[in-house]
Amino acid sequence: MVETTKLIHEYLRHSKKFPHVYCPGCGHGIVLGSIIRSVHHLGLSKDEVVLIAGIGCSGRMAVYVDFNTIHTTHGRALTFATGVKLANPKLKVIVVMGDGDALSIGGNHFIHAARRNIGVTALVLNNNIYGMTGGQSSSTTPENSYSTTTPYGHLERDFDVVNLALGCGANFVSRTTALHAQLMDKLLTKAIENPGFNVVEVLTPCFTQYGRKNKFKNVVEMYSWYRKNTIKVEKYKELPEEKRAGKIPIGVFSDKQEPGFEEKYGQLREKLRSKK
Amino acid sequence: MARKPKRKELFALGNEAVVEGALLAGCSFFAGYPITPSTEIAEGMAAKLPQLEEGVFVQMEDEIASLGAVIGASLAGRKAMTATSGPGFSLMQEHIGYACMAEVPLVIVNVMRGGPSTGLPTNPAQGDVQQARWGTHGDHPIIVLSASDVQECLHMTIAAFNFAEKYRTPVILLLDEVTAHTREKIVLPRPEELTIINRTIPTMPPEWYVPYEETMRGVPPMPPLGSGYRYHVTGLTHDEHGYPTSKANEISALMHRLFRKIDQFFYDIQLVEEVETEDAEVVVVAYGCVARSAKLAITQARESGCKAGLLVLKTLFPFPRTYVEKLARQCKKVIVPEMNMGQISREVKRVNNGLSRVVTINRVDGQIITPGEILKKIYKD
Ligand SMILES: Cc1ncc(C[n+]2csc(CCOP(=O)(O)OP(=O)(O)O)c2C)c(N)n1
Ligand code: SF4
Repeated sequence: MVETTKLIHEYLRHSKKFPHVYCPGCGHGIVLGSIIRSVHHLGLSKDEVVLIAGIGCSGRMAVYVDFNTIHTTHGRALTFATGVKLANPKLKVIVVMGDGDALSIGGNHFIHAARRNIGVTALVLNNNIYGMTGGQSSSTTPENSYSTTTPYGHLERDFDVVNLALGCGANFVSRTTALHAQLMDKLLTKAIENPGFNVVEVLTPCFTQYGRKNKFKNVVEMYSWYRKNTIKVEKYKELPEEKRAGKIPIGVFSDKQEPGFEEKYGQLREKLRSKK
Repeated sequence: MARKPKRKELFALGNEAVVEGALLAGCSFFAGYPITPSTEIAEGMAAKLPQLEEGVFVQMEDEIASLGAVIGASLAGRKAMTATSGPGFSLMQEHIGYACMAEVPLVIVNVMRGGPSTGLPTNPAQGDVQQARWGTHGDHPIIVLSASDVQECLHMTIAAFNFAEKYRTPVILLLDEVTAHTREKIVLPRPEELTIINRTIPTMPPEWYVPYEETMRGVPPMPPLGSGYRYHVTGLTHDEHGYPTSKANEISALMHRLFRKIDQFFYDIQLVEEVETEDAEVVVVAYGCVARSAKLAITQARESGCKAGLLVLKTLFPFPRTYVEKLARQCKKVIVPEMNMGQISREVKRVNNGLSRVVTINRVDGQIITPGEILKKIYKD
């Protein structure tokens, strides 16, 4: 606790913007805490960290932390991040996006950033809903669940963020939940240091806009749901096919160290110059 | 005195001149998506930028992403640009507004082709003039420039970067297919002949830095990301510190400063060329490739004893009203030929306000307006 208070003083902005906008029990704050702990653990200076966020409740995170922060446009955070990282590869770029942000409106950028293997950490705060705009369905809203734009149940299928990222070739692909804060710290610490494109999906509860409409009595129930329904990926792989249904694997799904796009571009420049 | 080295000459396309101009201006970052008739700019940058010490060219997945990357690079301290044509320019609108709001210097070249929609990919038009002014949502000032020949493509690209850096704003350079795809001789200025402006960076200690502070000039200094000045960049309406606000006084202060920082320097921004206007009784107001036709028309009219003059608009917005007003006061007739149904003539009529007679020539068939057409209007009463 003392430790946490110290970090809060060191990494949150003193000048402004508290209290924060998050509802009680919202997982977004837990992610913010994890980012701070990971940066601290890695011993990075605040000046070398750029936190780039999209638009949504998740995106609001940018205003609270004392890094270089950019609150971008809805869905496009990764495009800004691509420009920042290419312009100054020394910066550590952390991108925070909601599920709607990263995969609905920003889906095109997500797949291409992963394919391009640009050296950033992409956090997808997946609460299965559009939180900020009042609970409309997103591309990760599960089939048959309810939202304000699917009042009769959702007919579409949802994205699996991990499989999508794997398919696009991201270097590091991982999943945790807001309940598994220690795993989150571990994944983030790894992702921030790893070259290339690194994905950390965080399943996070939005009771206000999703839970209430989908038979959860309170937010604690949602956290319990994560405990019951998630399983370490190593164990998941050992399960026979028929026992996998309904289980959500968490942990590390891909751990490659291929050079990021910005690094390869730097090498190209070197090569062209040495030819001259 | 030692002889100065000869200036380098090139036989270049308008688009290639844009590349030369950008590099002379110090541009080291380009992100774009291919589209006719602007593609040669991207291709030129793809070849040249990686040869520079820190140059970066990246082909993004679409034009939204292109401008996003350009904004990111500019925030990181680079002079950055993109180039596109109508359909791509439409996709960029949200990020143009972001760059206005967050005061991010950058250059967008839009080589206009026929529209709306996919329209006429390989024909010229001037249909995006008002879109360049008003395309992004919300009230905002913007600088829009144009060029009418290949040499000017080079100089106006440099001007675009200079204005972007000086006023911390996106600058749009509107070209047309004819200007972009004309090949002619140009002269590369020697670097020492050019004035190159770089954004002001803060010099005070970081803890004193107020990122959007009200100043006389209205243009706050801008540090590159990672230089020790940590601040918050946002598209939300913000206070002096960059934090979102909904307080009326803070909103008003920001909005007024955004307008003021451009408006109060109109004399610096409004670039025009006057040809034989001193005693002109008929004045043609033109821009882009049409200005070249107009030049010939003026020469021919003068040869036959008609007192015709030409005002070439190199700056389209903020609209050069002082020049137009002066000429409207002096002449009997103002002719505005343009390859749209009347996008600059609206501005001319607004400024003219009954001073003179405003006549338009409008072509929207993908063909350039000829000197003959303009000459006919000059003679016709
Ligand atoms: C171009 C655009 N379209 C729509 C919106 C409105 N909008 C703001 S946030 C949001 C959805 C947020 O949901 P998500 O990304 O899942 O983040 P959360 O709020 O759940 O954290 C939408 C649709 C916008 N800001 N910009
Ligand atoms: S609406 Fe949902 S996502 Fe937004 S702050 Fe509340 S709980 Fe969190």
